[in-house]
Amino acid sequence: MDIATAHAQPKTRVALTINGHRHDLEIHPWVTLLDLLRGPSLQLSGTKKGCDHGQCGACTVLIDGERINSCLKLAVTLDGTNVTTIEGLGTPDDMHPVQKAFVEHDAYQCGYCTPGQVCSAVALLREGHGRSREEIREMMSGNLCRCGAYTNIADAIQDVMDQEVKVGMREAAE
Amino acid sequence: MRPFSYTRAETLGDAMAALAANPTARLLAGGTNLIDLMKYDVERPAAIVDINRLPLKEIEELPDGSIRIGALVSNATVAHHPAVTERYPLLCSAILAGASPQLRNAATTGGNLLQRTRCYYFYDPSTPCNKREPGSGCGAIGGVNRIHAILGASEHCIATHPSDMCVALAALAAIVEVEGPDGRRDIPFSDFHRLPDDHPERDNTMRHGEIITAVRLEGNHFAGHHSYLKLRDRLSYAFALVSVAAALDVKNGMIVDMRIALGGVAHKPWRDSLAEAEFAGQPATEETFAALADRLLAGAEGQGDNDFKIPMARKAIVRALKQAAAGTPQVQSDKQIR
Repeated sequence: MDIATAHAQPKTRVALTINGHRHDLEIHPWVTLLDLLRGPSLQLSGTKKGCDHGQCGACTVLIDGERINSCLKLAVTLDGTNVTTIEGLGTPDDMHPVQKAFVEHDAYQCGYCTPGQVCSAVALLREGHGRSREEIREMMSGNLCRCGAYTNIADAIQDVMDQEVKVGMREAAE
Repeated sequence: MRPFSYTRAETLGDAMAALAANPTARLLAGGTNLIDLMKYDVERPAAIVDINRLPLKEIEELPDGSIRIGALVSNATVAHHPAVTERYPLLCSAILAGASPQLRNAATTGGNLLQRTRCYYFYDPSTPCNKREPGSGCGAIGGVNRIHAILGASEHCIATHPSDMCVALAALAAIVEVEGPDGRRDIPFSDFHRLPDDHPERDNTMRHGEIITAVRLEGNHFAGHHSYLKLRDRLSYAFALVSVAAALDVKNGMIVDMRIALGGVAHKPWRDSLAEAEFAGQPATEETFAALADRLLAGAEGQGDNDFKIPMARKAIVRALKQAAAGTPQVQSDKQIR
């Protein structure tokens, strides 16, 4: 199939809730969620394309709260789901606790992997499986950082986890 | 990615009809392997049948003590499910040794069984590969073959099966439930994947039009003595060079029953039930485990770059069995091999 024929192919209707806003879209079935997010209709370029093969984690977003590689998901398969990208987690004036911790701990250098790292860390906190330093590192191994900011990334996540534990203990005591 | 037509199946019947209507159609579940292969132009389906809506997402505890895991249950859900964790910790450990949290969230149980080899030549359409293009030759034989098979290879293919989960399922003698035009059938795990022989393009024994509906695990006595030991080039998020799923039933220091399966060494998870039976009744000691390792690797053959896998597998078998015997399974977070 040549490109002209491909573009003439029927599109599929998909309804996605992205960062709280519903979008009714008509898309070709071969469009990945990553390309849809970054494309002209949505222009959510916070999610980054790194390897485009599920090997780096830069494209990590949350689908119904679970982290996935958006480069390996066809958008047509996600009809009816809630997608959260880095744009939906916080703003410069009102950052998500994980974003704040990344700033405080200098958990990035070039910043290209950061949106994926932050989305992944938000999901990790929600999953509740990793608690020790080793577990945090293992459960964040799907996000590569070519600058090598791993120590500070783990510090930032550990910090948010410790704060959540403190809040939890305070709430339990009340 | 090449364009394709897209159908969303709502029922198993829909999916089977779509497969029957188009011989080149492929089923899409988690997509973590298929989409990747389509981007590399290795898979070129004209039609994609999306099966994500099929009602195959339950983990059922059956009255006879077995567990049925629906084909669309994610790898992450299986790994953290309370009943699976309690009764089949070997399976959870193997799943958590593989891929990344993001991939485990997307990847499904059925899809894990059907993932293709990560042989470099299979992934590169500019090179010959009998698995990708039957009759074109094998680039890995005499080529770069560090990650390739040491057991059960053929003159046509030396690829390995990449799954960690499947190594544990082989050790636990899982049953694969499939449904197709001729009805339902159960496939014992050891018969599900196949060796390459003259047809490396066929990874498994499913017939055209069949769909995996579930993986079933029967009761076992191995929850106390098991270990999944995975050796790889980096500590996380890498395929196994060699992995070992070991499960023992030990009483008074003697082996009552045992299961052992190897990953990263063959075209399928490698299990030798005859060897397992021979070693039942022997003391659970390092000497026994070393003799078993020699027995399992008696037919091992290197291809050059991967010769190191033979002594590595021998040591991994002994270490995993020692971990299992001691009741101290390999920890998948810190990776310290004790």
